[in-house]
Amino acid sequence: MRLQYPSSVKIIRVPCTGKIDILHILRAFEKGADGVYAVGCMEGDCHYNSGNFRARKRVEQAQKILNTIGVSGERVQMYNLSSSEGPLFAEIAQEMTERIRKLGPNPIKQAMKKAA
Amino acid sequence: MIVADKKPIEEIVEEVKDCDNILILGCNECVTVCEAGGKKEVGILASALRMYFLNQGKDMKIDERTLERQCDQEYLDEIRDIADQYDAIVSLACGVGVQFTAEQYHSIPIYPGVNTCFLGATEERGLWTERCQACGQCVLARTGGICPVSRCAKRLLNGPCGGSSNGMCEISKELACGWQLIVNRLEALDKMDDYEKIFPIKDWSTDRAGGPRKVVREDVQI
Amino acid sequence: MNVKTPSKLEKILKAGHLAVTSECGPPRGSDPEAIKKKAELIKDHVDGINITDNQTSVTRMCSLASCIHLRLMGLEPILQMVTRDRNRIALQSDILGAASFDIHNMLCLSGDHQSFGDCKQGQNVHDIDSMQLIQTVRYMRDEGKFLGGDDIKRPPNMFVGAAANPFADPFEIRVPRLAKKIAAGVEFIQTQCIYNLDKFEEWMRLARERGLTEKVFILAGMTPMKSAGMAKYMKNRVPGMDVPDELVKRLAGVPKEKQAQEGIDICVEAIQRLKEMEGVKGFHIMAIEWEEKVPEIVERTGLYPRPKI
Repeated sequence: MRLQYPSSVKIIRVPCTGKIDILHILRAFEKGADGVYAVGCMEGDCHYNSGNFRARKRVEQAQKILNTIGVSGERVQMYNLSSSEGPLFAEIAQEMTERIRKLGPNPIKQAMKKAA
Repeated sequence: MIVADKKPIEEIVEEVKDCDNILILGCNECVTVCEAGGKKEVGILASALRMYFLNQGKDMKIDERTLERQCDQEYLDEIRDIADQYDAIVSLACGVGVQFTAEQYHSIPIYPGVNTCFLGATEERGLWTERCQACGQCVLARTGGICPVSRCAKRLLNGPCGGSSNGMCEISKELACGWQLIVNRLEALDKMDDYEKIFPIKDWSTDRAGGPRKVVREDVQI
Repeated sequence: MNVKTPSKLEKILKAGHLAVTSECGPPRGSDPEAIKKKAELIKDHVDGINITDNQTSVTRMCSLASCIHLRLMGLEPILQMVTRDRNRIALQSDILGAASFDIHNMLCLSGDHQSFGDCKQGQNVHDIDSMQLIQTVRYMRDEGKFLGGDDIKRPPNMFVGAAANPFADPFEIRVPRLAKKIAAGVEFIQTQCIYNLDKFEEWMRLARERGLTEKVFILAGMTPMKSAGMAKYMKNRVPGMDVPDELVKRLAGVPKEKQAQEGIDICVEAIQRLKEMEGVKGFHIMAIEWEEKVPEIVERTGLYPRPKI
């Protein structure tokens, strides 16, 4: 299909979104990421039954923690789509990129620059 | 196990905000199982605090460590060489671990990172419920294996009270009446005759009421 | 007639009369007139007046002081004591204090949980339970000893009561539980408000079968409904209360301004039916903040005048 999506998106492949931990998300921000989103299978279609539900819970947890520490929790999102939905994947990447551009850079990254 | 729950990050921030160098100290036992103070929670708290203080323009050094147990000296000794370098330690162990760490490292402030809740079990992931209040004189043999002290809101030894309704406690429609559970068990065990035996006035001197308690076992002391 | 205490209530019951008791809730303040006024309204129509002990865990003037006010008026108070707020030292001490004012009746209760009241964050004590409080006061009276074993100089002389709720769950232990209270030493029972007369009758039948009605005086608890709204509230919100749908319907079926009178009528009819029930030895009329209606209920049910003893 050769669909286009923003080059700022770095894909990290995991066997299932259930593998994603809160800590992975937080570390990404510590290392300067401006946003993180998880893309899982459709709810109810998880090969491991509840992996994508676990991911959603963890994304929500990460949002809460980020809100508490002054980094907008909106920078973390969870999406669900099926493997045949390539165009939707590109759309999501676009949507997320726009969301993050509106929010601006990760304040932690800026604070680190200042500290250094 | 001892069940604990995470303290709000804001509360921990308030305690350590004037430090430059802290250690987040987890425990591999109960608090790991109830997902409040194990290695993973240490990592999450440390990461969150690092980002928080960076965002505040403060470069705080936050180290992470998780011990096998914080209620045994031999494990607490593992941080003997490094403890001095910290302005404070945030312990994610239960109240026992926090205090034992404080006793071992007398001159370093120790702050609790969790609220210690009760002695309980994992009913399902994310749901822990109380089973024991450590009264020091177990009555379970007489109550069908269900504890009236921990599972009745009034710890009635001769329950249920008049507030038991459809198997639920008067204080909440989501809380099982402990005495309903006891009666169910006594019926299943064909021991309803036991129900009519009046439970005598309890000796609470082995409970909290008797002051700080200790168990001395000379047979295992060296 | 084997009377054990100076209690007027005991004498009336043991003389074979149907007893009538009522209750007054102490004020949320220190004005003694509040409790005295309530007592004045009912004093000629009842044999004893219960004073509640911080009912529903809302802080009020203490039961003991209120009982003393009634005693000083020459009335017959029934001291309610819950085990929620006091340990065994305080309970024994209050029993002695009550006895020093010649208060001769007491009702042993565990008490509503503090989460219902105005001090939700408070501790509860429950050092002993209601069953054990019955044992305690009987031990103090009959053995003349404190729980600790020391002798009491001038032991308390109380007629000992307790509550029973035939409508709470599990139903199968409600009669065994009554038997247990009798074994603990209780001498009279005041029941939870009765609206489901059939269920109460079943409970009484089971109690009679075990011979329990021969061992304890059972006073049927009656609370007139002021409105259909109150009936619905009692049905849905008050733990351990059994209000049949027909009763709610009957109240809702009359115009609002007549519901209170309908509530009194229902109460009167219930007492008339229960008067004939074997094992019912009297009535405990709890007209909550509606004490002025007690005389009407007592008179209409033929329970007036009260016997002079």
